[in-house]
Amino acid sequence: MPRMMLDGNGAASEALRLARVQVISAYPITPQSPIAEQLANYVAEGRLHAKYIRVESEHSALSCAIGAQLTGVRAATATSSVGLALMHEVLGVAAGCRVPIIMPVVNRALVSPWSLWCDHQDSMAERDSGWLQFFAEDAQAVLDLTLAAYRIGEDERVQLPAMICLDGFFLSHRTDAVSVPEESDVDDFLPRYQPHNLVLDPDHPIFINDLTPSSDFMEMRYQQQQAFEAARSVVSEVFEDFGRRFGRSYSAVEAYACEDAEAVLITLGSMSGTAKCAVDELRAKGARVGVLKIISFRPFPAAEIRKCLKKVPRVGVIDRSANLGAETGPVCAEVLAACKESGTTQIHGFVAGLGGRDVPVESIANAFYALLSQEELESGARWLDVRENALFIREVQS
Amino acid sequence: MLEIKTRAKGFVAHGVSACAGCGLELAIRVVVDVLGRNTVIVIPPGCAALFSGFGSETALRIPGLQGNLENTAAYAAGIKAGFEMQGRSDINVLGFAGDGATVDIGLQSLSGAFERGDRILYVCYDNEAYMNTGIQGSGSTPHQAWTTTTPAGKTARRKDMLQIVAAHGIPYAATASIGYVEDLRKKVGKAKASGGPAYIHIHSPCPPGWGFEPEKSVEIARAAVRTRSWPLYEIVDRVKGRITVPVGKPQPVAEYLKLQGRFAGITPEELELVQKEVEEEYALLLKRLDSQ
Ligand SMILES: Cc1ncc(C[n+]2csc(CCOP(=O)(O)OP(=O)(O)O)c2C)c(N)n1
Ligand SMILES: [Mg+2]
Repeated sequence: MPRMMLDGNGAASEALRLARVQVISAYPITPQSPIAEQLANYVAEGRLHAKYIRVESEHSALSCAIGAQLTGVRAATATSSVGLALMHEVLGVAAGCRVPIIMPVVNRALVSPWSLWCDHQDSMAERDSGWLQFFAEDAQAVLDLTLAAYRIGEDERVQLPAMICLDGFFLSHRTDAVSVPEESDVDDFLPRYQPHNLVLDPDHPIFINDLTPSSDFMEMRYQQQQAFEAARSVVSEVFEDFGRRFGRSYSAVEAYACEDAEAVLITLGSMSGTAKCAVDELRAKGARVGVLKIISFRPFPAAEIRKCLKKVPRVGVIDRSANLGAETGPVCAEVLAACKESGTTQIHGFVAGLGGRDVPVESIANAFYALLSQEELESGARWLDVRENALFIREVQS
Repeated sequence: MLEIKTRAKGFVAHGVSACAGCGLELAIRVVVDVLGRNTVIVIPPGCAALFSGFGSETALRIPGLQGNLENTAAYAAGIKAGFEMQGRSDINVLGFAGDGATVDIGLQSLSGAFERGDRILYVCYDNEAYMNTGIQGSGSTPHQAWTTTTPAGKTARRKDMLQIVAAHGIPYAATASIGYVEDLRKKVGKAKASGGPAYIHIHSPCPPGWGFEPEKSVEIARAAVRTRSWPLYEIVDRVKGRITVPVGKPQPVAEYLKLQGRFAGITPEELELVQKEVEEEYALLLKRLDSQ
């Protein structure tokens, strides 16, 4: 398998090309812009046989993609941050009409204040939008998870759109050696798009997405909820098949040194690599610590997490988004809900890495020390690395 | 069970729950009839969504998608692209949207599609307010008209949507009226033949919204044209503009306004002002068409 030097955006673009998307509608936003540009290049160079629609907004980008895919072709777009927020209304249409669009989301903080840099609030704000959400740790995972997501999302039992979440700059702009599969191997893994339910076709006219009475609405939502349930086994089936074919294996959650761990940190995305590094350093000093990385945030792998944490006395969850008005960040809240029956595991929330702040090994080590110290941790989430003068910066004197 | 005495011809069912005298109903029947079965329609929320259907029933025999309020043109552009990629450029993709969904919240996506030259057909049925939500003022509500959000009469003039559309230099743009069905049919045919992007803006009186009896819809639509309040014209290939229904001796605007409850509160001074505006607009329009 040839290896190419690709950053996360390059890996995402390559995956969409390999999936032979036929309509692309994209709008630039930092740090996603290189995807919008690269796809345009592929089309211009004839490396991808697709129509590129240079839309005037993200709202239109996703609308175009939905319209196109409803005619029976794979359609693609990608976005970040406020672009994803602008899509919010239409995310629900893709999900509710069961249009399995696979969309790279280059994670970036939301306003205000403005930030160009990574955190997960954009994706987390859409966690109930009806999209599958997979978080990548590195550029290779971006490519692999994107290809796998096509098979998962398009599966007749699932029929759900998916976000491939990659950390802005940390992944999107960092170059790595990435194994890029042969086109023919991808074609075998990923046959032509086959819509299973709703299609716009004058020869078989149907009307899609009309007003639905309360006597049917809940049932339609229930169908979506059941699709997420079905997705659980499809995710593992597809990851297994992917591993067999391409030699790289994935799972909904990945445990690193968790078996005998006294403290485990749960992470998403690029910080997982740093967390593993922290585990190695701490283990060398004798501390029994581990990392549990969540790849599939939607569907949320509650059972797998429960299983993994069963014998772990202390667990920390690092949210890369703020817990505004909530006890904990969203990932921690989900973990707490998953483990509500397991009385022996104590679970603590941490918030770190907002607006592009790095989450270095020391910060993760500090979180581990806090868990291991048996100190009584605050009931809400602990914010890591917040400057002492936090409440006084940008204060306007009257 | 209802006994259906006259079955609907064409692609729109009988017995749709539009209000009696609804101008838009006439518009959609004509437009879809001219375009034919090889058409996909996109309808945003608004009164036209009555034709999308309800639950498992639809009023249309052509395939369609009910979109959102601001993205009719974007959905249509995507659908067209999907068909083009499958060698089905022959399928007409029609956006059919109200004035609010077109001149206000949907203006951005419409402008984007027209600028790119996406080969869609876009019809705006203009009932001059947000009717489906209860008669609120839109950018297309005329000066002095009452709506629930312009209770003392609208103080601003309406947007001239045709000028906005024409500025994109698309192959076909026209105004039309449900009071002049033959003119409308011809224009839909030309829009289709142009391949798109094409735009038709259809004046569609609304009995409950404008305050008149249902049997007067066509009469009122014609009065709008005869008073030059709603000139019927087209612009072909960005340069060939012409009035399609000339009005030699216009009636006073009052003849149009007095038929409608929404102008009941208009003062003689305001009426004079509206009359002047209509004359000015018409003169400017002729100039533009002449110089096109
Ligand atoms: C984003 C959004 N905002 C508001 C609405 C509520 N809404 C539904 S229909 C409608 C009126 C649309 O007016 P128009 O396009 O003129 O169509 P009409 O109802 O007059 O036929 C509005 C405001 C909506 N569906 N979506
Ligand atoms: Mg309206």
